[in-house]
Amino acid sequence: MSVKTWSLRFLGKTMKHSFPNFLFLGGIAAGFFMLNTSISFLTTNKVNEILSPITPITNVDISVATNLTQRVRLLCWILTAPQFLESRAKHVNAAWAKRCNIVLYMSSENSDFPTVKLNVSEGRDQLYWKTIRAFQYLHQHHLDDADWFLKADDDTFVVPENLRYLLSKYNTEDPVYLGRRFKPFIAQGYMSGGAGYVLSREALRRFVAGHASGLCTHFSEIEDMALGRCMRTMNVSPGDSRDFLKRQTFHAFPPDKHMDKLSPNKWNNYFLYEYYKHVAGPSCCSDFAVSFHYIHPVEMYTLQYFTYHLRPYGYKHRLGAEFAAHNKTV
Amino acid sequence: MLSEGSSFLKGMVLGGVFCLILSLLGTFSPGITSQTEQHLHHHLKPLSKEELQKLSENQMSEVTQQVQVYCVIMVTPKILVYWATANDTWSKHCDRSVFYSSESAKALEAVDLQEQDEWARLRKALLHAYENAGGLRWFFIARPTTFAIIENLKYLVLVKDPSEPFYIGHVQKSGELEYVEYESGIVLSYEALKRLVGMFKDESKCPERAHALWKVSEEKQLATCLKYSGVFAENGEDAQGKELFNKKTVGMLISDSMVQNPNDVVEACCSDMAITFSGMNPSQMQVMMYGVYRLRPYGHNFHDSLTFLPPKGSDND
Repeated sequence: MSVKTWSLRFLGKTMKHSFPNFLFLGGIAAGFFMLNTSISFLTTNKVNEILSPITPITNVDISVATNLTQRVRLLCWILTAPQFLESRAKHVNAAWAKRCNIVLYMSSENSDFPTVKLNVSEGRDQLYWKTIRAFQYLHQHHLDDADWFLKADDDTFVVPENLRYLLSKYNTEDPVYLGRRFKPFIAQGYMSGGAGYVLSREALRRFVAGHASGLCTHFSEIEDMALGRCMRTMNVSPGDSRDFLKRQTFHAFPPDKHMDKLSPNKWNNYFLYEYYKHVAGPSCCSDFAVSFHYIHPVEMYTLQYFTYHLRPYGYKHRLGAEFAAHNKTV
Repeated sequence: MLSEGSSFLKGMVLGGVFCLILSLLGTFSPGITSQTEQHLHHHLKPLSKEELQKLSENQMSEVTQQVQVYCVIMVTPKILVYWATANDTWSKHCDRSVFYSSESAKALEAVDLQEQDEWARLRKALLHAYENAGGLRWFFIARPTTFAIIENLKYLVLVKDPSEPFYIGHVQKSGELEYVEYESGIVLSYEALKRLVGMFKDESKCPERAHALWKVSEEKQLATCLKYSGVFAENGEDAQGKELFNKKTVGMLISDSMVQNPNDVVEACCSDMAITFSGMNPSQMQVMMYGVYRLRPYGHNFHDSLTFLPPKGSDND
């Protein structure tokens, strides 16, 4: 017999006798493996549960802001020009302008954007003409659509919620206007154009009436000062827009210029304009700031992110208790 | 046939029982042990609102008290202005902030390590922090060119156990090594720091002075030492996968977003719960302080599950 056939016959004999044993061993292996995998399957599910991401946190309650939006209707008009629609006005629109009840872009031409075409030409020397025409347009078409009328530049950043809060303390039938108050040229002061200023309904009526009657004229190109003179002529009072801690809300410059404690000398000329005592450093600016000026698009979105998005979770604002107490007395 | 079948079945039962006994004994964990096990929580996200609400009020206040951060801020006199700015801004929100300097500077207080080599300096600082931790269990390491929102860091690690090893930040990869980027800040739990300090004694695996021909950055050396002690880097991100640790300024990230998402610039950009940004000048950091801690819209109120109070004696938050 050859080795091959002998070994095959040996295998066959042992198989026949030990087949049940092989099955038994195979069974042990199979049983072990099956239980092993089923146990691990049951436990890994638990681990995954802890690690899986769940829905994002959206626990902001905007009921107070919504209520104010209904009670204090704000119309915002943006002073712009055809060459700035793409580079500036577009970003104003994407950032804050939609938070106004109504927003209008005032330019010298019609466009898809949507702009209101005013009967003016372009140029720095035309700014006051544009302003007069814009207010006349608002008076003609939107007098009853809003309570307050804000003028802003296409490089002004505005927080409409904070403006409404400020305005909620005033009556729109009173002749009043608010902004960043400057001292020179006019006894009662006037409001900085770049920081934005807001007129009550009565103030708007008087401004338009003044130009209709000839009491107010286009005597200067300097838009903010000239408007301030007309306000004085028509007995419209300049309001104090500072918050309850006497911190400014409207700002004629970007926040870094106002926060800068370290080099005040640079801004000496500007300080001379201030109607109220100038403050540099953190007390320059209210927590509920209304505006900043000279804001280019990147900074526009950055301020938008700071105001409405980025926040320290769980932080109880420093003004919290004082502010709540103050609110109760108002 | 029947007898053969029953043999098989008997075997199966025996095998199953054997497996159960082994797993109950605890020395054997069922499942296929894989290399990927250590990367199970590679992406670290904070708790969601739902998960937070499941914690009882007692648990919540207990947990808030316990999450305390020791800030290790590595400075040099060369960057004095940044040092002063960090001192005046975000570091006030750490439970303890300690400045570690290469040499002393008269104007500002720091632990003078008298060490010019960056890695050796970092080692000394971390050793000092470990020995002086007191009851603090979380460590945040940064240079003063970084701006951190410590409240959001606490939110991220809220129910993570600091007696487990955690090494968190923005994770980068260099070859096989995953490390946390220094520029956007490094977070270590007490256990991770403990293991690191233990590894400092091993000169072959974790040398104080690099023996290589080229200089290896401190962030990579740190990662290597931690890796040897079984601590691995985890990327900090929010529920939508947005980065919490950033080495760019907000402005740079917004600029990027204006190119990539022109119709949704702010929404697509950065996390609402971001922890760090880096590369800002001191003036920008003061503005950031205002933007983060103060500037807000009236009438937007948050009902957060945690409460963090403003630090005493500060006027810019």
